[in-house]
Order: sequence, then C-alpha cells, then structure tokens
Amino acid sequence: MFYREAGQYKTTYSADQAVFPILQDRIGIFVILLLAFVVVPMTVSGFVLSSVLIPIMVFALAAIGLNLLTGYTGLLSLGTGGFMGVGAYACYKLTTFFPDVNIIVLILASGLFSAAIGALFGLPSLRIKGFYLAVATLAAQFFLSWCFVRVPWLYNYNVSSAIEVPTRTAFGVHVTGPNATPVTRYLVVLSIVVLLTWIASNLVRGRIGRMWMAVRDMDIAAELIGIKLYQTKLIAFAISSYFCGVAGAMMIFLWFGSAEADSFSITQSFLVLFMVIIGGLGSLLGSFFGAIFILGLPIMLRTLPELFGLTIRAATVEHLQFMITGALIIVFLVIEPHGLARLWQIGKQKLRVWPFPY
Amino acid sequence: MRAPADLKIAAGDVLLAVENVSLSFGGVKAIRDISFDIRKGEIRAIIGPNGAGKTSMLNVINGFYTPQQGRITFKGKTRAKMRPHDAAAGGIARTFQNVALFRGMTALDNIMAGRTLCMKRGLFWQALRFGPAMKEEVEHRRYVEEIIDFLHIQHIRKTQVGRLPYGLQKRVELGRALAMEPDLLLLDEPMAGMNLEEKEDMSRFILDVNQHFGTTIALIEHDMGVVMDLSDRVVVLDYGRKIADGTPDEVKRNQDVIDAYLGVAH
Ligand SMILES: Nc1ncnc2c1ncn2[C@@H]1O[C@H](COP(=O)(O)OP(=O)(O)OP(=O)(O)O)[C@@H](O)[C@H]1O
Ligand SMILES: [Mg+2]
Repeated sequence: MFYREAGQYKTTYSADQAVFPILQDRIGIFVILLLAFVVVPMTVSGFVLSSVLIPIMVFALAAIGLNLLTGYTGLLSLGTGGFMGVGAYACYKLTTFFPDVNIIVLILASGLFSAAIGALFGLPSLRIKGFYLAVATLAAQFFLSWCFVRVPWLYNYNVSSAIEVPTRTAFGVHVTGPNATPVTRYLVVLSIVVLLTWIASNLVRGRIGRMWMAVRDMDIAAELIGIKLYQTKLIAFAISSYFCGVAGAMMIFLWFGSAEADSFSITQSFLVLFMVIIGGLGSLLGSFFGAIFILGLPIMLRTLPELFGLTIRAATVEHLQFMITGALIIVFLVIEPHGLARLWQIGKQKLRVWPFPY
Repeated sequence: MRAPADLKIAAGDVLLAVENVSLSFGGVKAIRDISFDIRKGEIRAIIGPNGAGKTSMLNVINGFYTPQQGRITFKGKTRAKMRPHDAAAGGIARTFQNVALFRGMTALDNIMAGRTLCMKRGLFWQALRFGPAMKEEVEHRRYVEEIIDFLHIQHIRKTQVGRLPYGLQKRVELGRALAMEPDLLLLDEPMAGMNLEEKEDMSRFILDVNQHFGTTIALIEHDMGVVMDLSDRVVVLDYGRKIADGTPDEVKRNQDVIDAYLGVAH
C-alpha cells in the first residue's frame, strides 16, 4: 500500500485538525499501540522490559516535558533533573502518608508538586531570558539536589539517605516494590506515557500551544496580539515540570526501585537536554526518538561488535558513546535544529511523492 | 474580545486621539509634542521622511513605547500610556515594518494565534481537546478560513511562514491582525518591498477591510501614489514634528511638506 494523502479529503475542520490526518499514519499508530500493549508484554523478556523499554519511556516523558518548555516556548532549562527529583520525592512522601491510595494516582499527583516548584523557579523568566534564565534554572538544579541530600524529612530520615521503594498496589496488583513483575511495571509506565503524550499533543495543537510558540518566535508580536508573556511562560514552566515530575516518580518507583542522593543530579538534566536536541526541538515524536537514540546507543555499541565476533571493553563503549553523542549534538545544532524528527518528516515527504520525486 | 465598558462610537467620531505626545530615547527626540486624531471608519495615513517618528508613533499608540509626555484617548478613555494588552483587548491590531510573524509556525497557526484573546477554554479542556475546546477551535478555525479566503492564501495555509516569500509574509501578517477583529488597524509600511502587482493586491485588501468591515485604519506608507489613493486624511511628520495634517490634496500642496520631501535645510 502506498503512503499517500491523495483521495483523503478533509470535509470538516475537526478532521483536518486530527493528530494523524493521514489514514496510513492512523493505522500505523494503532499498530504501534497494539504491539506495545499486547505483543511486547507477551514476547519480550523481563530483562529487556526493565532495562530497555521502561527507561526509554521514562526518559521520553521527561524529554517531552523539557521539550514543551525549551522546544515549544523557547525557554532553556537545566533544571530537569531537579524537577524530576521533586516528583520522585513527592511520590515517596505521598505514599508514606497515604499508603493505601492507588500508587498510580499518587504518581500522577506527585507531578503537581513539581509543577508548583517549576513555576516557582520560572518566576525570574519575566525579567531574564536566554543565557541568564538557563543559569537561573541551573541554580534551581543545584538547590534541589542539595535538598535531596540535606533535608532528611524527604527520605524519611533513613540513615543511608536513600529511598527504598515500598510495595504498593493498584487495583489489587503489585505495581511497585520487589514483588511487582516487569510486565506490570512496563504496562503502567506505558499507559501513563501514552496518556500524557496524548495530553501534550492536545496542548501544543490548541490555543496554549500557539501561545507558547508565539512567545518563542516573537515575543513582541505575541504581546501585541494580547498574549500575556509572563503568564504564558509560567504555564509552560508548570506543565513542563509536571511531565518531568511524573517521569521522575516513575523512574524511582517503576524502574530503579530506589533512589540515591545523586539520582537527580545535573547529569540527568543534560541527558534529557541531549535527547531533546537530538530528537528535535519542538517535536513530541522527536522526544521519543531522542530517548531511543541516547539510551539505545550504548546498547548498540555493546552488542553490535559482539555480533561480528569482536569484543569491546566497557570503558571503550562509554568513550565512544560520549564522542558520538557529542558530535551529533553539534551536527544537529548547526545543521538541523529540528533533529531526528525533521529527518523523519523529510523521509515521509519523500515517501509521499515516491516513486516520482517531482 | 472588546473592552467591557465600550462606548458606542459612531462613524466619523474620534476613535483615537493623541495630544501633545513627546517621546525621546536618551538624546534622540523621536516625537516632539504631536497631536492628531483618528476618526472611526477612516483611513488615516501617516507619512514623512525616514526617521520622522512614524513607527515610534504607532508604538506609542499600542503601548509598546511609553511617551514622556502627553495623553492618549482611545474610545473615550484618556490615559498617559497604553498597555500592550489593553490595546489588544481594546481592539487595536498591528502589522510591523519588518514583518514580525511567528516564523516557526504555519500561516494557519499564525492567524489562529490572532484569535487568542477571543478563545476562552481553559487548561482542562485544552488538555483533552474535546467537547467545548474542540467546538471553540473549530468555530475559530472557520473564522480564520474566511480570512484566508479573503487574502487568497489557501495554498500556503500549512506552510511554515519563515519559508514564505516576503510579499506573502506581509499578507499573513495582515491576516493575523484581521483575526483579532480590530476596531483600529495599524499598518506599518504594508507595501514596502513589494512589486506593483503585490502593491495593487494589498491596496485592494486594505480598501476592502475598511469598506466591508468598517475597520478604521492608520497607515504608514512611503509610496505617495498609494497614500493619495487610499487615505481620507494624512498627517505628515518630519524630525519628530507634525508639519501638516489634512486631506491628501491639502497636504500635497503644503509648502512645508514639499520642503521636507525635497530635503530643504532646516
Ligand atoms: N528603540 C529605539 N531606541 C533608540 N532610538 C530609537 C528607537 N526607536 C526609534 N528610534 C529613533 O527614533 C527616530 C524615529 O524613528 P522611527 O522608527 O519612528 O522612524 P520612522 O518614521 O518609522 O522611519 P522609517 O521611515 O525609516 O521607518 C529615529 O531617529 C530612530 O533612530
Ligand atoms: Mg518606520
């Protein structure tokens, strides 16, 4: 079957504004969801679920969060790690206070705390822009990292200053803790990521998304068509941080199983930023590509040479990974700021006119 | 989207008046003690040599610059300065001398952005993009499509505006301003850099907007032919001062204006 939009006429504006206006895309997304929800849990090993698929989705969600702020609203943030941490610690405190509440509800609620903290650190965005704002978010990162170490209340006064994720259930099934199966954790992560991605795509296509992009592209003109700059930026900070917070909570509760003091360091902030840049600024799909690329690269580097009978030392893998990521970031920043998502678009465009390029 | 306490202003009454407005940047006096008014329903041209203070005047009117002196009366309400948001909410829309579009967005989204103030649905419905939010979106899309038809830009609806040629960008920018359903439309050199055909199209659009929707227009333009054809009244600025004000014919015969344009020493 050909990938075409020919013959698919939109007769209503709502149809034209659908997420996937082309039929083949709609079939494609349906197939992907079917694979992800049904086929993958039945066929993929627990190890791959826990160490590949769950991490990719957790980071993809964090990347979507940062992308809403940096890619859509044009505000650079280096505080992603900190905002993820707020979600994780908030979830820990919530489940300490309300051990019987459905843990999925608590994970979704913990994002609200990140949203509040994110908006708080977004306050300076009225006065400062660009480089200076990035420095302010860096300060937020360091302050929050400090809190995760120095405020024992956050980790319930554990002597190790670490969080150990307790066993919690949802709908009578173990979702977190040692008894939770990889399949359960995977399905919970997948459901939350699908839900929040859908919400993000709704937001960016509507009034709020247009306000964000208007502020990003030309703040003077945005102000003169009646957009309140400050309010728009704060909403971006809050919603972006919500996504990061939920990702952070999932990272600890559904992936790591425990959190150390440095689980949410500046390294995480940069990792997510790299995903956004490589995946594509201002693209939700790109956030997934970015996460797959950054997390997939070391796996590829380890397994590919083995296939050819070569052995490659772990340290070398790490060096190669840094070098390739670094080079690609420069390449993308210089040549294609819209990242892998743009390459995907170009590929699709080619396919649409294939086999006659003109 | 209108300010709530809207005075009904009949055609021909004063819609906006600036009185004794002065504006300076450090030592540069961009506007010196200028007064003039704009009447509802007219096309008011603002002309003058480069650096005369025309753009600065528009910036004062929609609140982007704060004048050091003077008063601005809009729809019967007098104030020392406009605020950008109040100006927008009160129905003042604007295009820019050097196109100020949202470059990363499509033409459609740019014009839809002009509807922001008319759209009310909050975060919750926006997140679901369902029910009331979708209804609102479609409703405004319909209005925007009318503007797109009017400006003949159907074919570039889904094109990122950064990739459009200059003439079309100017048209999209006019579309974005029209989407605000303005009472007063400020156009800063809408035909600069256009070829004859594009200029004729743009003149047509401006006249149509004025005649069919009754929109009051303040127009900055260097092309005298266009100014004489389109405008009802002309105010002439030179070095920040007002040197003439009247019908195109009066202004054309004014000795100060002739001197300013011929560059007679001051
Ligand atoms: N933001 C600013 N900062 C400093 N000086 C300014 C600023 N804006 C305008 N000026 C100065 O004010 C004067 C009037 O400028 P303005 O842009 O209003 O002129 P104009 O009549 O629109 O000219 P043009 O026909 O070239 O567009 C000029 O001397 C200009 O240098
Ligand atoms: Mg000017």
